[in-house]
Amino acid sequence: MSRLLITGASIEGGAAADVLVVDGAIAEVGHDLDRSGAEVVDADGLVALPGLVDLHTHLREPGREDAETILTGSQAAAVGGYTAVLAMANTNPVTDTAEAAERVHALGQAAGVVDVHPVGSVTKGLAGEELSEIGLMARSKARVRVFSDDGRCVGNARVMRRALEYVKAFGGVISQHSQDTDLAGSASCCHEGELSGRLGLPGWPGVAEDVIVARDVMLARHTGSRVHVAHVSTAGSVEVLRWAKSQGIDVTAEVTPHHLLLTTDLLAGYDPTFKVNPPLRPAEDVEALRAALADGTIDAVATDHAPHARHDKEHAFVDAAFGMLGLETAVQVVAQVMVESGRMTWADLARVMSTTPARIAGLEGQGQGLVVGAPANLTLVDPSADVTVDRADSVSLSRNNPYHGRSFGASVRATFLRGRATVLDGTLV
Amino acid sequence: MKKHLLSVHDLSMDDVETLFATAAEMHDVQHRQVKKLPALRGRTVINLFFEDSTRTRSSFEIAGKWLSADTINITGKGSSASKGESLRDTVLTICAMGVDALVMRHSASGAALQVSQWVDAAVINAGDGTHEHPSQALLDAYTLQRYFEAKNLGPLEGKHVAIVGDLTHSRVFRSNVGLLTKLGARVTVVAPPTLMPSGVGPWSQDAGYATSYDLDEVLPTADAVMMLRVQKERMSGGFFPTGREYTVGYGLTRQRLSLLRQDVPILHPGPMNRGLEIAADAADAASSVVLDQVSAGVAVRMSILYHLLAGEGNEK
Amino acid sequence: MVPSGIEQQPDQQGPPSGTSGEDRPGRVVFDADEIARSLTRIGHEILERNRGAEDLVLLGVPSRGVPLAQRIAARIAAVEGVEVPVGSLDITFYRDDLRKNPARGPQHTEIPPVGIDGKTVVLVDDVLYSGRTVRAALDAMNDLGRPDVVRLAVLVDRGHRELPIRADHVGKNLPSARSERVMVRLAETDGYEEVRIAEGPSNVGRKGEQA
Repeated sequence: MSRLLITGASIEGGAAADVLVVDGAIAEVGHDLDRSGAEVVDADGLVALPGLVDLHTHLREPGREDAETILTGSQAAAVGGYTAVLAMANTNPVTDTAEAAERVHALGQAAGVVDVHPVGSVTKGLAGEELSEIGLMARSKARVRVFSDDGRCVGNARVMRRALEYVKAFGGVISQHSQDTDLAGSASCCHEGELSGRLGLPGWPGVAEDVIVARDVMLARHTGSRVHVAHVSTAGSVEVLRWAKSQGIDVTAEVTPHHLLLTTDLLAGYDPTFKVNPPLRPAEDVEALRAALADGTIDAVATDHAPHARHDKEHAFVDAAFGMLGLETAVQVVAQVMVESGRMTWADLARVMSTTPARIAGLEGQGQGLVVGAPANLTLVDPSADVTVDRADSVSLSRNNPYHGRSFGASVRATFLRGRATVLDGTLV
Repeated sequence: MKKHLLSVHDLSMDDVETLFATAAEMHDVQHRQVKKLPALRGRTVINLFFEDSTRTRSSFEIAGKWLSADTINITGKGSSASKGESLRDTVLTICAMGVDALVMRHSASGAALQVSQWVDAAVINAGDGTHEHPSQALLDAYTLQRYFEAKNLGPLEGKHVAIVGDLTHSRVFRSNVGLLTKLGARVTVVAPPTLMPSGVGPWSQDAGYATSYDLDEVLPTADAVMMLRVQKERMSGGFFPTGREYTVGYGLTRQRLSLLRQDVPILHPGPMNRGLEIAADAADAASSVVLDQVSAGVAVRMSILYHLLAGEGNEK
Repeated sequence: MVPSGIEQQPDQQGPPSGTSGEDRPGRVVFDADEIARSLTRIGHEILERNRGAEDLVLLGVPSRGVPLAQRIAARIAAVEGVEVPVGSLDITFYRDDLRKNPARGPQHTEIPPVGIDGKTVVLVDDVLYSGRTVRAALDAMNDLGRPDVVRLAVLVDRGHRELPIRADHVGKNLPSARSERVMVRLAETDGYEEVRIAEGPSNVGRKGEQA
């Protein structure tokens, strides 16, 4: 019988208590718990959160193991306080079969650092035309529940309708990358607005996202199915979501840490580190996203962790790859933007980064909170740290870290996956 | 003067005056029998053109040669991305050969700025995507100054310059609007709404230039007209329906010439689409300075190369 | 300090701090009257040497060589009644220390319409020191044409030559130490007239310093 005692942690930012973990599950939460035979972790001054769940991670394996592997991506997740991640399907080969999904799942289990749940693609090869083997992926050992062509939008309304209908059979969800490809031309590389006009960069307007979100919530209503809007980035999408929820449409949405903090102004130096899809938007959009996360219109935070090899970023801006790292810095960013600013509590943060994402993805054994009987997936965060991000310190294989040089007031000190420490003292175990 | 010339915004008023004064001396050299100055002897200038451009490349090449620099042309169509090599690797490889200046043309906006952060050589932006073309703006302003001077029309300051055409995709527009407003000219940009750059409303307010959809309204008060090249492939992008319709709305036609005072100079960065954005009558008018622009181009580029390369110690 | 550069400076002086000369360092070795007399004498010498004003062209080296050349031409006109063509010959692009300093803008080069081919060109400068300015001027002239004869006239020769160059016409030989500065000031360029010698580094490269 293994015993772990975490002492003095503030439970989701509330009162301090000890957490006793026995055989990977939370056995007791209280004061002055019995230390005998227990490995003791002193968490005085730290906030205990349920292990974080990322709805949106790119692990790059198979295909681009030079940028990230399932192991290194899992490690980056653990360092960021995560105990489960959903691995996006846009690998090479694409996760569009049961075999591909099971392989990702198995590699995740072999790495053993976080739970890795493959996301299946909606369409074969992400081509947007024929449905992938959605049902077989759902029935596979990987138990796939989330399907997404992320990186690309399911642009064809008929295909989207069929996908939404099809996943109803097993309670699946379509996570949509909302981007009208006619409004966002192939050369588009940033938010279309005053800055892109000055910089001479081809951009796409916020409305290219809004129109797809609007279409998809209507399709969700029509099909009675469930749609999830990945990485919401515009005030327009937020308006549509607010309306859709008021109508009782079964829609959920996520926002990334970078869209909560960074604005399009950062593109002035043409640094491809800040090239991401959806693009960084103006401050008005960022404010709308913060408000929407605070009031529940946006349900969850997801990282869209997108590692890229250096040589895929060291191109001219329009030629460089889209995406930025996110797993290791997510809590810091959300804490700064939402908690330190007083817009949310730590309990709210636990909801949007653990409980709700686990529910959206249909994960068992994750996001159950710090309650007796729950699997001991938890993370300890120092809420009064002073850390400056150095991209060289990352455990990710890639260095496209948009927060390099920025300082934050929170840092992950420890992470436990079913009672086993994956991170202690801020370092991988 | 800064180490690189990436944008007209890198230049102070003093810099521009210095460049123009030197360009005037270089202009004289163009008319000598021996068109050669030893100022850049032993310096190596690479014309690195990722995008086709005969006139800008030859202009820089002549400028470099007349200053006695060793000028070498490297052209590579298409982005380096398509060849599997990163832009950084491409330019570092070239610069490792020992290069004092990179004159760079690239189809991507910002490429020159990015490269300037990777290499030790001075980087001269000879056109980056739809962003800037600073040497073109310098030669345009220089041409206008000389024209107004020669005709006793006073200084460029306070003059009303109309820039007409495909603004969205024009680096010439972006550099010119920056430089001309810096030099105190009043600029109105004219284009159909689909060819106005995104965010032009707040940008024009901030930068102090005017916008119009109506060329006929602007021409009568213009002291200079700059026509921009319109690419026919934009029609397929739905920016305008047909060439004919564009010409009727925004071309400098024979009829529109009558709206201009006789002494109003007509500029075009070339290559011209005669009959589309500019009628032959306008291109060949007595007030057309299109060829003066080409000639000034060499002088201005000699001046740029001289000031960036002849001495040591330009600020970073 | 050993001068290694060229004893020529573009006219980058600010306005004179005063015209009395009392608040300026060093001592005056040549006042306005002496300058005028020297130039008259140089004018005569040039005519004598050339046996008249035929085929003469005066080229001043900017900045102060140009007004000196114009003044000499005026003297010649007064004596001979002939207008000798005057031009300016900038040497900025030909300097051998171009690389050592931030690039300076050139000054104006203007060759008289008669040209210099087959002419007797008299180069005019204010101070002859290392000889490097003259070398640069000869190079510059080489790109402009082929005179029959080139002569050199200077207001002051302060010695310390670094090249095998001598002046044909000298206003004043001024023995000086390398640690001293010789400063020529002319009404046209400076608003007052004098030649002054002062202690201080003859830092050629420095802005506004006289070699």
